Amino acid sequence: MRATVDGNEATAAVAHRCSEVCCIFPITPSSPMAELADEWSSKGRTNLWGTVPAVVEMQSEAGAAGALHGALQGGALATTFTASQGLLLMIPNMYKIAGELTSAVIHVAARSLAAQALSIFGDHSDVMAVRQTGFALLCAASVQEAHDLALVAHAATLQTRVPFLHFFDGFRTSHELQTIEMLEDEDVRALISDELVLAHRARGLSPERPFIRGTAQNPDIYFQARETVNPFYARVPEAVQGAMDALGERTGRHYQLVEYSGHPEAERVVVVMGSGAETARTTVAFLQARGERVGVAQVRLYRPFPARELAAALPQSVRRVAVLDRTKEPGSHGEPLFLDVLAALNEAHGAGEREAMPMVIGGRYGLSSKEFTPGMVAGVFEELARERPKPRFTVGINDDVSHLSLPYDASLDIEPEETVRAVFFGLGSDGTVGANKNTIKILGDAANLHAQGYFVYDSKKSGSQTVSHLRFGPTSVCAPYLVSTASFVGCHQFALIERSEVLDRAAQGATLLLNCSEEPDQVWDALSRPVQEKILAKDIKLYAIDAGRIAREAGLGRRTNTVLQTCFFAISGVLERDRAIEAIKASIKKTYGKRGAEVVERNIEAVDRSLAALHQIDVPDQVSSRREAPELVPADAPEFVRTVTAAMMAGHGDQLPVSALPVDGTYPSGTTKYEKRRISDFVAVWDSELCIQCGNCSFVCPHSVIRSRYYGPDRLEGAPDDFRSAPLEGAGLPDARFTLQVYVEDCTGCGLCVEACPVTAANEPGRKAINLGDLQPVLASERENIAFFEQLPSNDRTRVDFGTVRGTQFLDPLFEFSGACAGCGETPYLKLLSQLFGDRLTVANATGCSSIYGGNQPTTPWTVNADGHGPAWSNSLFEDNAEFGLGLRLAADRHTELARRRLQELRDDVGAELVDDILSAPQVRESELRAQRERVAALASRLDELDGPAVEDLRSVLDHLIRRSVWIVGGDGWAYDIGSGGLDHVLASGKNINVLVMDTEVYSNTGGQMSKATPLGAVAKFAAAGKTVPTKDLALQAIAYADVYVARVAFGADPQQTLRAVREAEAYEGPSLIIAYSHCVAHGYDMREGLSQQYAAVASGHWPLIRYDPVVRAAGENPFLLDSSRPRMSLANYRKGELRFRALAAAEPTEAERLVGLAQQVVEQRWRVYEDMATRGAGEFPSNPRRPS
Amino acid sequence: MDLSTNYMGLALRNPLVASPSPLSYTLDGIKRLADGGVGAIVMFSLFEEQLRAEAARTIRLVEETAESFPEALDYFPDVVEEDGSPRNYLDLLERAVAAVDVPVIASLNGVTPEGWTDNARAMQDAGAAAIELNIYYLPGDPEVSGREVEQRHVDVLEHVRSAVSVPVAVKLGPYFSSPGEVALRLDEGGADALVLFNRFLQPDIDHEQLRVLPSVNLSSPADARLARTWIALLRGRTRASLAATSGVEVYADLARYLLAGADVVMTTSALLRHGPGYAAELLDGLTVWMARKGFQSVDEVRGMLSVPADADEAAYERAGYVTAMRAANAGAYDAW
Repeated sequence: MRATVDGNEATAAVAHRCSEVCCIFPITPSSPMAELADEWSSKGRTNLWGTVPAVVEMQSEAGAAGALHGALQGGALATTFTASQGLLLMIPNMYKIAGELTSAVIHVAARSLAAQALSIFGDHSDVMAVRQTGFALLCAASVQEAHDLALVAHAATLQTRVPFLHFFDGFRTSHELQTIEMLEDEDVRALISDELVLAHRARGLSPERPFIRGTAQNPDIYFQARETVNPFYARVPEAVQGAMDALGERTGRHYQLVEYSGHPEAERVVVVMGSGAETARTTVAFLQARGERVGVAQVRLYRPFPARELAAALPQSVRRVAVLDRTKEPGSHGEPLFLDVLAALNEAHGAGEREAMPMVIGGRYGLSSKEFTPGMVAGVFEELARERPKPRFTVGINDDVSHLSLPYDASLDIEPEETVRAVFFGLGSDGTVGANKNTIKILGDAANLHAQGYFVYDSKKSGSQTVSHLRFGPTSVCAPYLVSTASFVGCHQFALIERSEVLDRAAQGATLLLNCSEEPDQVWDALSRPVQEKILAKDIKLYAIDAGRIAREAGLGRRTNTVLQTCFFAISGVLERDRAIEAIKASIKKTYGKRGAEVVERNIEAVDRSLAALHQIDVPDQVSSRREAPELVPADAPEFVRTVTAAMMAGHGDQLPVSALPVDGTYPSGTTKYEKRRISDFVAVWDSELCIQCGNCSFVCPHSVIRSRYYGPDRLEGAPDDFRSAPLEGAGLPDARFTLQVYVEDCTGCGLCVEACPVTAANEPGRKAINLGDLQPVLASERENIAFFEQLPSNDRTRVDFGTVRGTQFLDPLFEFSGACAGCGETPYLKLLSQLFGDRLTVANATGCSSIYGGNQPTTPWTVNADGHGPAWSNSLFEDNAEFGLGLRLAADRHTELARRRLQELRDDVGAELVDDILSAPQVRESELRAQRERVAALASRLDELDGPAVEDLRSVLDHLIRRSVWIVGGDGWAYDIGSGGLDHVLASGKNINVLVMDTEVYSNTGGQMSKATPLGAVAKFAAAGKTVPTKDLALQAIAYADVYVARVAFGADPQQTLRAVREAEAYEGPSLIIAYSHCVAHGYDMREGLSQQYAAVASGHWPLIRYDPVVRAAGENPFLLDSSRPRMSLANYRKGELRFRALAAAEPTEAERLVGLAQQVVEQRWRVYEDMATRGAGEFPSNPRRPS
Repeated sequence: MDLSTNYMGLALRNPLVASPSPLSYTLDGIKRLADGGVGAIVMFSLFEEQLRAEAARTIRLVEETAESFPEALDYFPDVVEEDGSPRNYLDLLERAVAAVDVPVIASLNGVTPEGWTDNARAMQDAGAAAIELNIYYLPGDPEVSGREVEQRHVDVLEHVRSAVSVPVAVKLGPYFSSPGEVALRLDEGGADALVLFNRFLQPDIDHEQLRVLPSVNLSSPADARLARTWIALLRGRTRASLAATSGVEVYADLARYLLAGADVVMTTSALLRHGPGYAAELLDGLTVWMARKGFQSVDEVRGMLSVPADADEAAYERAGYVTAMRAANAGAYDAW
């Protein structure tokens, strides 16, 4: 059966049928395999033996591996899906599973490892890190191979008892849509022997036939016992080949352990694994046709390494071999595959099996999904042909530091004429990718064409751009690299046409479909000069449609996907027009039919309207526009930003040479301010007359685009005409002026500010003191206003009331313009930290949403104040963040102690008064901190006059004399699940650390998987039928330690309480934990409703606001404060506003009612516990056991 | 005392029926209504338009966040589908039918022909004893003629009638030029019961906050007079059962409706105000009154004060009307 699926689905489709237990944990890019398995199981789909596989989400990959090990030892057929760091966490269990000769398969979407930076993209760094565990490693190079080799792995592990790791390239294969032949159940059954399944089961633990496995061994036997497994490994290559042959017999698809293709008497050969092999094979065919004696050996079985098969696969004529590794092993003599091939050939030569020992060179390619193209393959062959090829090299980058990179012809195009190639540029929110996936299915399924689709997303969560690369042809598409010359280019957002990539990817004579709101006769004039030039130079046929208008008229809002998809079919000619339209309509009915007639009708209407509104634009024979492409970054930006950051922003990061990049992953702070994204047509607009200057809008703004300053009236001199200013509301500064400035180019139009505004115009219902208005009319004037606003001095922090929401708006945010979702419920907390403590803040950030919008290139939001001070931020891993933060604290404590000791030692030299002042100064209030900074500055000057080792020592730790604020931040996936043990330990350390858990009650970054914070009755991935366990009460756990400051807050419900808690936590000289409710797109409502949903969460008792303050206990009072009032809304009422709850009510009403009833009970019971705690005497709480510092 | 009543072919233990209200949102609420003693329960109305809007909203929420970030190509499991089918309603209906021993009548408000028929059929399949068509239709378009509005009612009825075999009631509003004629047309069109009258919920205006308030006003006994008049008039002239709704607060309101000729009397407001258990109090009051007046069964009471089918309706009606107006305006309009 033909189907159009991606590598993840292709793999899961086999794994689910061959397993009884799937133990999983979400990690990109493997998550969809686990999600599909879960979805199928929740729908009752069975495995080969009629059992619905159990899919169990664990707290981490380490947990998943442990559960996997247990399931296997219990005799079940078990599997897991993972990647990257997840695979690393499985290593200890992998040794165990292999050491015990246990049949198992781990499916891996291979991904980079976090080194100088995290990367979610594909290479073999992760799988290469487990090559020594005893697992067999089997590598698939395409979606079809991933499907087939998944089965080979399941078959071979049963036969050999050696566990298998089946892997394929992350994203390139895991996320590439391909038309493939699916294995029928009979095919799968034919390869999986029931006898071997029973044998596996019989090896499981049973009290009926007890044995002991997993003993401790001593020097006398461990070594020999380790050698017992050799015969099993020796049988693996043959068993794998046997399974491949059996598969080939049934399907006609034949595979070899090491597969050679190319010239039978090749002289130069490339050895490669994974999707790169497909590129190498097609390139070799191309070069061979040109008369070159070249070949390629694709390695499918990597462990146990098939040395004999490799040596046998290469023709005797081979004189030179380049081995390509998709990994980097710094400091090694060469990358793993290279060393293996070298050793294999050398042995074969030594044994007389090969006449000549070829020259073998090794190179790296394709790290982190770096493109690997035919031009690069040809470049490697050219290198092999040189007199003295580089023994070690890289290909695909420009290495101007070590000079290892090879030159290559980037324009080499070897694709067959009959392959239609198309690229589409859109935004995540406009549905472009969804439409293209649909197009592929139409063409792949209905039109009997072979289709391929690959989608590139940027790293922003709001306003993100997408590029879809599609190919269609009469035969299977073997081109695992981006489309570089497209005959059809769809530009689904007018603003994107200015990106040079759009027309760079167009072939000569290509068709360009442009979504443009201009009338047809105005379209040409709307283009900039460089765009017009390219259109003329490439002789491009230009079509335009106002897709936004058509979509709106059809009732589809901003979803232009159906309109533009229709246009693609109408003009691309891939299908006959009427047939194409019919197919689109059929597909709409199929896709939306189950979701109601309304949506079907609207989409069908959009199809019909589109054809009439599509126009071919007459392209004049010369350029008429004088408009240049807009500057990406301002001319006065720092050099690094202008040269490196701007290149990344422009989509030219691939061209940056090695020398342009920092050696250790260290980048300048505060670069988002140079990336003006203008992602929303609607932006916040301030009404200076209505505004009461309460600061609410600024407090809730997730993107820090609302700034306030007060200043003397004289400062208004030279202000732009449109600059708005109002008398400052407040006592003490009668003449002062107030301005609230919106950074309109950074505004995402989320509308939270409007919701937060308490003022309504008396004469205009619905109008607030801040409203959403059109960007375009105000863009130019607001740019001037912002420039003027920025030269107003920052407000004196010692004069700002830190204790009120109103006061905080005058504190500069040092976290700004992140790429978080529009209306994000997490970022306001981070912004608040940066406002309150930013100039002495150190942040340990767990991997997750906050590490992505907080630290993803090209631009990052943590920034500096006017003095150049600001948050110092780092991300270690997902699982270790609490420990990482504790380490930062320990370092700070040691260095503070050192500084104080050295200062004492230098007392006479520095001056007793200054030393005593510094050592005894309180540093809680801002004025105290300011005074201390001044003292430390004076000390620094004093030290300049001194020398000696103690002085040097003191100078190096001088900054530690300013009280440092260490914050450990992350989401609930970290705090409740993967990092739970570490967090617990760190909270119990007694150290002065502050933990901020931004609790979205679900794994947000990886797409909505259940965490232990997910509420009872909520639907999430891995809880498709509704979560059936209540949330863990992290607050009570921490309170049990008695010396931990604990607060549960929700800024949308009570910003003042949030502010109080954050300040108290920071001031507390011990561990603090703030659990912060964060609304999220994964909850399923318009983000603009985030604040009202937070309010309802608190009002219903779902999220009671509490504070537990050990300082209060020490003062003899009850430390437990209940800050929210008794629930005054039913849980059901709160929940009806959120899709995560509503979904269950729609799908399983009875179960939903049962769960909401139970959840209501939980809420009431917890409230009674809290109320009881809040009314106890202080003596009912343990006193803080720690000695005061 | 014999309170048993026949309502569009359904045998009820008494003539008091709980009309659509939030009390029937949950199985527990429906059980409490039944335990309170009512003779039948009309469940809250299923609004097709709302279902469609919610399905469209769900799609928007699911799709707008999808396919834009490489680590999270979507945020919800595939089972998150609101398909526009009233699974929730049907599930509750099915459980309600199984849980209570009085007839459960489903109430439907549609917008499209398929919406009316498909949902009615689904309600029947889920065990509804009958279906009440809540034709809540306010022609906002001043161009729409009165005849068109009437025809719409008849069309909806005929559509549903052709789709289901259980009894079908039509709940209609009073705003027709000739409500009696409309009632007769619906009777002819196959209605098994006419429910008089729907109260249109009219939004209020907050003059301080300058906004429109979607307010719900419970009915008061004064609201009963209009329905009572028309029931009195239609009694004996239709094949369809007559149900009175609006303005039941005390047992006397129940008695008055029965005297005017209602087969059953529906109430929401009283049960919302006093709780489902109040039904028993109303019925007790009725029983005591009947005993006091010497009635043995509600059948004896029913229609005693209706307009006899052979009377000169206009004269009968005008007589009562003019007398009432005179009394009301005594003093102020003496000359009139």
